[in-house]
Parts: sequence; structure tokens; C-alpha cells
Amino acid sequence: MTIAEERKKVDHVDNDQKPLGHGRMLRKEDPRFVRGLGRYCDDVQLTGMLHLAILRSPVAHARIVSIDTSAAEAHPKVKAVVTGAALAELGLAWMPTLSNDVQAVLATDKVRFQGQEVAFVVAEDRYAARDALELIDVEYDVLPPVIDVRKALAADAPVIRDDLEGKIDNHCFDWEAGDEAATAAVFERADVVVTEDIVYPRVHPAPMETCGAVADFDRVEGRLTLYSTSQAPHAHRTLYAIVAGLPEHKIRVISPDIGGGFGNKVPIYPGYVCAIVGSIVTNKPVKWMEDRTENLISTGFARDYVMRGEIAATRDGKILAVRTNVLADHGAFNGTAAPVKYPAGFFGVFTGSYDLEAAHAKMTAVYTNKAPGGVAYACSFRITEAVYLVERLVDCLAYDLDMDPVELRMKNFIRPEQFPYTTKTGWVYDSGEYATAMNKALELAGYEELRREQAERRARGELMGIGVAFFTEAVGAGPRKDMDILGLGMADGCELRVHPTGKAVVRLSVQSQGQGHETTFAQIVAEEIGIPPEDIDVVHGDTDNTPFGLGTYGSRSTPVSGAAAALVARKVRDKARIIASGMLEVSVADLEWQKGAFQVKGDPGRSVTIQQIAMRAHGAGDLPDGIEGGLEAQICYNPSNLTYPFGAYICVVDVDPGTAQVKVRRFIAVDDCGTRINPMIIEGQIHGGLTDGVGMALMEMISFDEDGNCLSGSLMDYLIPTALEVPDWETGFTVTPSPHHPIGAKGVGESATVGSPPAIVNAVVDALKPFGIRHADMPLTPSRVWDAMQGHPLPPI
Amino acid sequence: MQVSMTVNGEPVTRDIEARMLLVHFLRDELGLTGTHWGCDTSNCGTCVAWLDNEPVKTCTVLAAMAGGHEVRTVEGLEQDGRLDPVQEGFMQCHGLQCGFCTPGMMMTARALLDRDPDPSEETIREALSGQICRCTGYSNIVRSVQWAAAHGTTAEPEEPTIEPAGSAS
Ligand code: FES
Ligand code: FES
Repeated sequence: MTIAEERKKVDHVDNDQKPLGHGRMLRKEDPRFVRGLGRYCDDVQLTGMLHLAILRSPVAHARIVSIDTSAAEAHPKVKAVVTGAALAELGLAWMPTLSNDVQAVLATDKVRFQGQEVAFVVAEDRYAARDALELIDVEYDVLPPVIDVRKALAADAPVIRDDLEGKIDNHCFDWEAGDEAATAAVFERADVVVTEDIVYPRVHPAPMETCGAVADFDRVEGRLTLYSTSQAPHAHRTLYAIVAGLPEHKIRVISPDIGGGFGNKVPIYPGYVCAIVGSIVTNKPVKWMEDRTENLISTGFARDYVMRGEIAATRDGKILAVRTNVLADHGAFNGTAAPVKYPAGFFGVFTGSYDLEAAHAKMTAVYTNKAPGGVAYACSFRITEAVYLVERLVDCLAYDLDMDPVELRMKNFIRPEQFPYTTKTGWVYDSGEYATAMNKALELAGYEELRREQAERRARGELMGIGVAFFTEAVGAGPRKDMDILGLGMADGCELRVHPTGKAVVRLSVQSQGQGHETTFAQIVAEEIGIPPEDIDVVHGDTDNTPFGLGTYGSRSTPVSGAAAALVARKVRDKARIIASGMLEVSVADLEWQKGAFQVKGDPGRSVTIQQIAMRAHGAGDLPDGIEGGLEAQICYNPSNLTYPFGAYICVVDVDPGTAQVKVRRFIAVDDCGTRINPMIIEGQIHGGLTDGVGMALMEMISFDEDGNCLSGSLMDYLIPTALEVPDWETGFTVTPSPHHPIGAKGVGESATVGSPPAIVNAVVDALKPFGIRHADMPLTPSRVWDAMQGHPLPPI
Repeated sequence: MQVSMTVNGEPVTRDIEARMLLVHFLRDELGLTGTHWGCDTSNCGTCVAWLDNEPVKTCTVLAAMAGGHEVRTVEGLEQDGRLDPVQEGFMQCHGLQCGFCTPGMMMTARALLDRDPDPSEETIREALSGQICRCTGYSNIVRSVQWAAAHGTTAEPEEPTIEPAGSAS
């Protein structure tokens, strides 16, 4: 098969549905990456640079009795050793988290999870820094840890956060959505109620590049330059100003190329602060790069929800209501990165894609002796958990009603004419054509044929499963009246400058970690202003050279910053129109835009190109009255609503009856993210998210023993899919533009990570139907599937 | 100790600690930062480069062990200003996103194609299975290698599709 045929087979591209402007343009960032010339944090080498390493707690819960650093200080290559006590003197021992909690930069009183930061060493090279860690002697008074989330609120549970005034238990927060009484009433009269305990285990984004920073403090100017692996450089700069008390204009945060983020690089980690302190105390640039174990055991984990879900329906399959009670494990500090008013993220969209009469969710979040985090791993602020819950419940209902899972979903979808649709938990879905996407997926999969094949195989004793999932996401945080992080509104700035020769530079506040912003944002601007994308440079990742904004996570770049880019280009175009009217000596109303030029209406011979206009804007000639020279604009975009991408996923698995090994044979993903900017990049992101789904559903989990030792601290223990564990992805799409986004686009980066785990688990459970299994928890490793086949599917925690 | 080797055709000599890993030697001593580091356990493959024409995980080789041998890194793929078809294939088929795994993937792919100019999809997946990509989901990496296979083992002067993004003005 030729590559062209191969591509056709997989893409299922509808060529009549044209994407935006330059479509499948190759990426502008790739020429440097394929030459090995990307510049990642660890590639930054500054003159005189020192290396920092962090000493971490070997135990989950202990009081620090004493720390002896003398031997480490005596090491000939060591320049500084810093403990929590030293930081406390500077007022830097604790820092605020993104959830209005505090987190220790270096432990002063107690350690609260294995891997917590206790001290750091700055030395001449990375090996010496690690050697010196061995020379620090810490005496711990070990305390009983809280590891089992279900026991965190027991009366005799040790109190983890005794640093908080008056804290006498491990309660973190309560949260609720929907109408409890109305939901109870609907459940009361429903024909069928299905209840299931569903766990979404703790997982980790584990980007291939770990977290790190290079801090360079200029003592004379009082200026800090920080290279760091940050998905949100502007938000980080403001937080450093608040934490360290440095004036904000003296801080420059540079996010160079980032080797994957997936939410792992949203929080501020103690290591970044240590690097800054290290540079201040040594008066030298200081590099800190964590190793893989440090990344897995101490930085932002994801999920860790223990959910009881219930779904109520009529006998013929009309879903009436859903409700859930969630126990959320937030680890030792509430480090969740979510809008302040949304401590449970956007879990409220757990009503899914269905038209319901009532819904209610209740959550209790607790502290445990585990690493902090919670919102990460492409979860779109907890929508992974919400979609997994509802899509598992719908399948459980289908099981009990003995109904086809597709038929059940089709019967309950929110219908196109119901949009904008307000859910029972208060979310306003902007647009959707759910049945169309589902039909498309069925067609691509050959659903009926698959069911026939399944029946035949079952008759032969083979275990083939077909899993279906449908998701709606809420992405693009967010309207500033509702959404802020530590008081910073979630709007994004964008600046566009057209140079005299008609080349342009667009400056963004969001930060690519592989999403290809240098390409897609050039395409957005090109489409609006008619300058070819090759002539538009995209600048990001440097707070000194970009406007303020909250960064890239939660699939927000296209919904928020993409809108800003389109609007700033329109603003420039409006000015260009006025200048053109002067050049052509006609009124503005007599001009029409011909993608790249203004033309006098009805007179194609009289027109000026955007490049000519740019030269005039900067030239010596007269400009229309009241028009300043130059051709540039800046805006700050405040979205009026989130965007609601959706998708229909179908997964085919084979389970080996002898070994219980699950093989994902096919995966068909139909996504609708509204207007498509670069389909090649969209498909790439979908492929990546589907692979995450295979990881979470079948392989990945951060687990602990009863003493709180993390058992998943390396890539030997925390298994991530390789090329052998995933199939060749089959993708399709529909296009339902967002009505409120300037170009109709919706976010897509996390769609597949959200939608694929339920499709895969539904497929495995479907394969196990002959064993009478209605639910089994992730990760569906051979041993866990084997247990399910023996009749005891155990929760993973 | 003193160690000498050939890296991308150039002889190099450095004084190093005996325990220095080849990955750190390439990155910190030679400034060849295209070879990455991503794990402590030899699982990720972001560090893959060639030792005497064999792809190795350079985090698992001491620099001293490479003494007297030939090392080729991602920086050595481009020859006389011409990209290797593997590099071109990764650009054409969107075989990379963040680019962190990419040098290692390309070095393994090049070695595979030198042995087997027309590998099956299964063979390609097998060859890359000691390496992890967290972004692409592998389908496009497989296609990139197939593209390179279809476009010959020696670099043809492909029209550069897109110029590198220049610096901001
Ligand atoms: S750094 Fe991970 S295999 Fe070498
Ligand atoms: S492109 Fe990001 S890890 Fe492969």
C-alpha cells in the first residue's frame, strides 16, 4: 500500500468540508526539531552556571527532628546547601498553591509525602550536586501515614495538615452541583436505577521532558530571568512576584521549547523556587532538572476520584437523571490548578451528552500523605473523570436493560434544536450535532458487521469486545466573571504587528508544548489578514516579549487565544481598510476585502494589497485624518462562554482467554471541534490522546503501599504505551462551529484523552460479558482482567 | 580521565570523570543537545544515538566506553546541507509534536532503514518499541518512517517545504 493510500485509509477525510485557509500546512517549528536544534530547558547553558539537586523525603509522614548539612557543605564542589529553616528566615519556606492552599517549598516541620522536598544543594556540576545529597543527614520521627483515601476522615486518622490553624481532620473541601431534592424525586419514580462504584485511579502525565528551570538573578539590577518548563509563563511570573516579593517588571519568565506538558507543567513546583533562591544565594545562574523518579513521585498527579454513580431511567431506556458521590484524594497539599470557583474543576459536566430531568453531584475532598496535584494529564479540568463516570454508567444501564449501547445513547442525546442547552448543573452547551457524529463513527467502524463478528467469535469462545463512548467537553476557560486563577482573570492578550514590507509578527500569551502554535496561529492570522503564513512569525513563551495571558492547558489555546488572534487581525484589517480608502480615494464603504487586498467595489482594476497598505502605513505619504502611522494592534480577549467540542468513539478489543491480555485491535474516533484550523495537527493531537487512553485504561497507575511508598516511581513501574500497544488510529470528523467563537473553533487538545478511556473500558467489559461482568476498574492489566474473569473485579485502591 | 572518540565525523578529546554517561558527555561537554534525556531506567529512548552504527541508549553507556569508537547523533543526520529522508519524512507526515522523543526515534529509524529499506508496519513498530512518545500516538511516526523508506536511503534534494521560523522582530 502506498503512503497516499495508507493515509486515505486512516484519515477518512471529507474533502468537501474544507478546513480553515491553509489547512494541512506543514509545521513551521519542525525544521529545528528534526535537526536536534530545539532548545529545551536542559539545553540552556549560561556562563558560570551551577547545578541544583533536591533532597527528598524517603517516608510519607514524619516529623523532622534534625538536619545536619555540615558534611555536604564541606564537599569541595558544593556552593550552597539550603534547608527549610534557612528558607523560613527569608519567609520563603511556604508558597501559595494555585488553589489557595499553601505548600512547603522545603519542609520545616513535617514531611507529608514520600518525595517531598527537604533541602537542596547547589554544586559545580550535576553529579557533584547529587553526591552531596548523600552527605546530608536528616533524622525523622516517623508518623503513621494516611494512604487509604476512604479512611482519611476516620476519627483516629492522623492529622496531616497541622500547619493549618485549628485543623483537626483531613478534610480539604466539599463541593456540590445540581439539585439534590429534585434528583432524589426523579430517582424515586424511575423504573430502573443502576448504581456502580467506579474508581478513576491516580495517574501521571509524565511528559518525556521532566520539569526544570534555570534561574539567573542579576544582583545589580535586581532582575530575575527564569527559564522554566512552564505552560503558563505569565501566571508564573505574577506568582513569583507575590511569593518572592520581587517586583513583577524585574522578572522575566522564558518558557523555551517544552517537551510535552499535558498539565504537568502548570503548577509552580518547589524546585523552581529553589532554583531562584539558589541563584540569589550563589550569585550565579542555577539549573535544576528533576529526574524521572522525582517527576513521577512529586509533581502534579491526575484523577484519583472514588465515585459512586447512579443512573435512573425508564424501562424503555429514557435516561431521567444521574447522581454521584465522590471522594477526591488531593494529596498532602491542595495543588489543583483550576479556576478558583471550581475546586472540582469542570466535573459538573458529568451529565454528559444527554437530555436529563435532574442531576446532582456531591464531593468530599481529603488530604492524604501523597503528592499534591489533581488537575493534569489532559483532563480539561476533571472532565476526564466526569465523562468516564457517565459513559460507564450509561453502559451499565445498557447492560441491565439488555439494550445496545449505541441505541441507548441515540435515544437520549441532546437534540440539535435544543442548543444552546443548559444542563441540570448549569453549563450552557454552545452547539452540537451528536447523532451525526455517532452515525459517522458507526459507519467508519462498520458497527453492525462488528457485532455480527462478535457473535460468531463468542460462539467460538473468543472474547471480543466493542466499546462505545460519546463525550462533550467544556473547554476554553474562561469568562472572567466566573473564572480566575488566584485572582487572575482567564483572558488572553494578543498583539499583531505588520512591518513596512508586509511581513508580520504575532505575539501570544499561550505556550505551546508541542501543539504547533507557531504554525496554527500564523494560519489564523493569515486567514484574517491575507498575509501568507510563511510571512507571519509567532512569538510566545517569553513574558518580556508577549502580552499577558494565562497560558496553555485545559484545551484553552484555540478557544481563547485563537479568538484573540483572529480579532486582533480584524482590528488591524479595519485600520488597513481606512488607509486603503485614502490610497484609493474612495469611501471605506466602497471597499471590499478580497483576502489580502482591498478592492473598490465593482472595479477589480483598483485595489491595494495588504503589503502596499503596510508600506503606506509606515511611509512618508499622507494618511487619512485621525489615523496614526503604523499597522499594529493589541487586544485582550475575554470569552463569553466555553466551547463544547464532542466526539463519538468506538473501540474494538480482543481479550486473550488464557492470559487475560487486552489487545486494542481498532479504534475509531470521530471528533467535532468546530472549525478546523490545521487538520493534520488536530489528528496528531487526537492520536496522542487516544494513546493516553490506552495507557490509562490498560496500563498506567500511580500506586502506593500501606506505608505510603510510591510504587510507580520509574518508567519500569509506571507503564506508558509504546508503538506495540496501540493500533493504527482511525479518525473522522464532523464540523459544528461554535456560535460565539470568532472563527467557530473549539478546543481539541484533550478530547481524545477524555473520550478514549471509557470507550476502551466499555470494550473490555463488553468482551467479558459472558462472565456476567458489568463493571471493572482501570487499569485493566492482565491480572486485574483475570480477577474479573474469576468473578471478583476488585477496585484498584 | 581522558577520552577520545569520533562524533559525527569529528575527532574529540575531553578530560572527564570516569563515571560520566555518554548522554551527558554529548550534551554538556560537546553541546550536542539534540540527544535528550528522559528517564533513569533506560526505558524512554529519548537518548538514542549511534555507537559504531548501532543505535544505543546513551544514558546506559559510559562516555569512557565510547572511547575510540564512532558516535553519530541527530546533529549528524543532515549531510552537506541535505536532510536525511527520515528527517524529511518526520516533517512531511507530522511524526513529531513536542519534538523531545524525535531525535531518538529518527536515529533508530535510520538504523532500521539501513538494514531493511522496506520494513513492514509491524517491523517499524517493533524497532521503535524501546522508545516512548507521549505526543503522537505513533501512527504518524510509522508513516514518517514509511515515507523515508519510499524516498530512498540517500538524501535526495527535496525542496524544503517550509523555512525555519525566524527570530522575532
Ligand atoms: S534517558 Fe531514557 S532511555 Fe536513556
Ligand atoms: S513528540 Fe513529544 S514525546 Fe514524541
